[in-house]
Amino acid sequence: MSSQTYTAQDFKSDQYVRWCPGCGDFAILNSIYKAMAELGVDPSQTAVISGIGCSSRLTYYMNTYGFHTIHGRAAAVATGVKSANPDLTVWQFTGDGDCLAIGGNHFIHAVRRNIDINIVLHNNEIYGLTKGQYSPTSKKGLITKSSPFGTIERPFRPAELTFGARGTFFARTIDVDTKGSTDVMVAAAKHKGTSVVEVLQNCVIFNDGAHKEISSKEARAEKTITLEHGKPMLFGADNEKGLMLDGFNLKVVTLGENGITEKDILVHDATTEDNTLHLKLANMTGPDMPVAMGVIRNFATSTYNDELVQQIEEVQAKSKIKTFDDLLKSLDSWEI
Amino acid sequence: MSKTAKVIELDQVVVRFSGDSGDGMQLTGTLFSNLSAILGNEISTFPDYPAEIRAPQGTLGGVSGFQVHLGAQKINTPGDQADVLVVMNPAALKVNVKAIKPGGVILFDENTFDESGLKKAGFVTDNPFEELGLKNVQLLGAPLTDLTKLSLENSGFDNKTIVRSKNMFALGLACWLFNRPIDKAQHFLETKFAKKPAILQANLKVLIDGFNYGSNTHAAVSTYHIGKSEIDKGRYTSINGNKAVAFGLIAAAEKAGLQLFLGSYPITPATDVMHELAARKDLGVRVVQSEDEIAGICTAIGASFAGNLAATSTSGPGLALKSEAIGLAVMAELPLVIVDVQRGGPSTGLPTKTEQADLLQALYGRNGECPLVVIAAGTPDDCFDYAFMAAKIAVEHVTPVILLTDGFIANGTSLWKLPKLSEYPAIVAPRPTEPAETWKAYMRDPEKLNRYWVAPGTPGYNHRVGGLEKDFLTGAISTDPKNHQKMVDVRQAKIDKIADYIPELEVYGDASADTLIVGWGGTCGHLRSAVDKLNETGNKAALAHFNYIMPLPKNTREVLSKYKKIVVCELNSGQFASYLRSQLPEISISQFNKVQGQPFEVHEIVEHITSL
Repeated sequence: MSSQTYTAQDFKSDQYVRWCPGCGDFAILNSIYKAMAELGVDPSQTAVISGIGCSSRLTYYMNTYGFHTIHGRAAAVATGVKSANPDLTVWQFTGDGDCLAIGGNHFIHAVRRNIDINIVLHNNEIYGLTKGQYSPTSKKGLITKSSPFGTIERPFRPAELTFGARGTFFARTIDVDTKGSTDVMVAAAKHKGTSVVEVLQNCVIFNDGAHKEISSKEARAEKTITLEHGKPMLFGADNEKGLMLDGFNLKVVTLGENGITEKDILVHDATTEDNTLHLKLANMTGPDMPVAMGVIRNFATSTYNDELVQQIEEVQAKSKIKTFDDLLKSLDSWEI
Repeated sequence: MSKTAKVIELDQVVVRFSGDSGDGMQLTGTLFSNLSAILGNEISTFPDYPAEIRAPQGTLGGVSGFQVHLGAQKINTPGDQADVLVVMNPAALKVNVKAIKPGGVILFDENTFDESGLKKAGFVTDNPFEELGLKNVQLLGAPLTDLTKLSLENSGFDNKTIVRSKNMFALGLACWLFNRPIDKAQHFLETKFAKKPAILQANLKVLIDGFNYGSNTHAAVSTYHIGKSEIDKGRYTSINGNKAVAFGLIAAAEKAGLQLFLGSYPITPATDVMHELAARKDLGVRVVQSEDEIAGICTAIGASFAGNLAATSTSGPGLALKSEAIGLAVMAELPLVIVDVQRGGPSTGLPTKTEQADLLQALYGRNGECPLVVIAAGTPDDCFDYAFMAAKIAVEHVTPVILLTDGFIANGTSLWKLPKLSEYPAIVAPRPTEPAETWKAYMRDPEKLNRYWVAPGTPGYNHRVGGLEKDFLTGAISTDPKNHQKMVDVRQAKIDKIADYIPELEVYGDASADTLIVGWGGTCGHLRSAVDKLNETGNKAALAHFNYIMPLPKNTREVLSKYKKIVVCELNSGQFASYLRSQLPEISISQFNKVQGQPFEVHEIVEHITSL
């Protein structure tokens, strides 16, 4: 990190932002600008990689180095960038179709390797740029142009997929919550390893209101819980509700009822290697349970890029082969 | 026995080792050829192995072969047919019946030619040689299995391990037959089994016993000697094409002062390129074994964007999967080397067999107008030079380059004079001369037409690239019709321009002939031998062998227009011929094709040309 300070303005490119009026991506873009300014990484040391889709256009709006690649492959390109130059801060912006359908394989393998990239997944549960087909995260039954009688497919839960690939960082936020989004993006960037940030995003044109149950400020207080490491899992307008374990399951309790006090409420530990509770938290859905927001999992372990560099350094320290010429000399060869 | 066997001096000889895929024939063949190379012979080798790692023992499907051509003169090919065929079982005999020259020697393990062995190989009589109609051959049977068992009688090894060593008995016998001192083989075995001293000792004992058995029993009436070759003095090794490709990339990276990156997914017959590079952490090579072929190239494209000399290695099916990403590299204008080790196709095809049928895929197999550079290596050892050149062109012209090799030159070996990197041309990456404030991402070198390569991390030159059509200057997204035309044209012109930077086409053989044989890539050795043979027998012929395919050498039209008859010989149904016809429509071209998963045989070409 440089000692220089940056403002959101330093990360804005000269390109006109071309999303539909009212698109959730505008708010996400602003959160990204703010997060990058807060992180203070030189835009010249930042590489933004994207695939194809509405969200992937974001690359052009960043005054960093950027690569708008092909559909689904951003995670693979980002893996190459980070492996080639681990000093760069690498971000990947992607959507639910790009990341989880055509790019599903690259996504799980990037997560599995724990390469130090930050994946921001704009989840609007629809294909926008191709004008409204169901995506791998569309709710079952959703009527779209490619599912005129309702989709019969079971959707992915991005958190579950991340944990299935042994992911070390997962956070969730919603486009309209700029403060919350900025916070989790900063946390994602600080995490060493593959960070997955699911941003619940609204597509005003093809899937308006997909996240409406939890998008208003009031609904967010009542129907979501923002998890913070080391803090009790409380939510509600006055933090009057909390989460407790009930056997293997989570349950919502109200402070003061049945003798329950804050001491009975679970305290969030995002850093455990065991992801069982993280998965339980990430999978909570309404109406009975609050939707978990914030940093759900943040487990520290070695990264692919660090181990790659470390292995090269170890071999180089031991090997007599320092140049191509040394390599030739090491071969079985003979004079003719 | 007192008298020594008669030694016959030979100019060249072809030996083929063949057995079960578990019989160690590849090792035996490699040792025999390296040994001969040390003794000053020219060598060319070709392994021919099944796709299955271990097919049922003794069956035709499990036969693995290794052919070695040794000579006191320039050797271009592993040879058409074998002078000496070593077979470890009846199945190997049956598979190789056409691979033996009339009058040749068949050395076989008598123990495996029993009722069960003959049955597994599908023989119906007890005389397989007669059954196959093999008449004019010299049979040299020895109970190799029993002799190996005797050799290791008190070694303490189990029966399975002992029987597995019989390839060393065969090698010892071959060493005697060709007057190769075995102390040199000992040195190779010591390297190979450095970590298994007990196995090393067992192998050495069997090897020596095999040699002594031949020497003591005069297993054959005569032995052979092949004199030293008159090649350039210097330090040599034997190398296969895959290793040479890896070395070429390493050399290019060092020359360019760039870090080397490979993104690759395992695929036969290209995987050894990845193995070689993965082993070179000492030279800082970064290898990502990717989750699929697409990620192989995409990680490489990412690494190139980040400023590495980046490559991906694959074979035909993998190249198909990489098509879209190659288009991205063309559009983003990034340096990239794509190595395609061609195999038999289409689809999964013949993974372990050779073919040249990916040419049109390499040239055209992408959406849109998507030009790039296509070059092809000709021999195992020149894979080094063409990998180096592929990297040089990619970096200096900021473009993807497809390097075509094939299963034959990738796995075959030839003698390689250790190169001096100082004698290779410099590789200079084009960096912008314009200050950051006024620099635009798609500014071009006025001469070469490439854009400049600026990696993230370079202060002030922040820019965006991508797969959408770009504005001619700024690189911003542009859908302007005229701009698109201009960009399509400049991408093609950039590639065409490379013709100014590659060597002109040379003619081999009798340049004054009426007949010009045209070839490209891995058939180089066979075509040269065919031209030599034609000229020796009074049939004048010349050869124009192409290594640069897109763009073609500048003098291609001039050379081809001098000949009355042009015959394009290639291991496909006529892809290069049709490409040449499209480029030089006024020139009449005939073709000679073979698509059998096998290299040409020299006599096939000679016979075809003389029949015209």
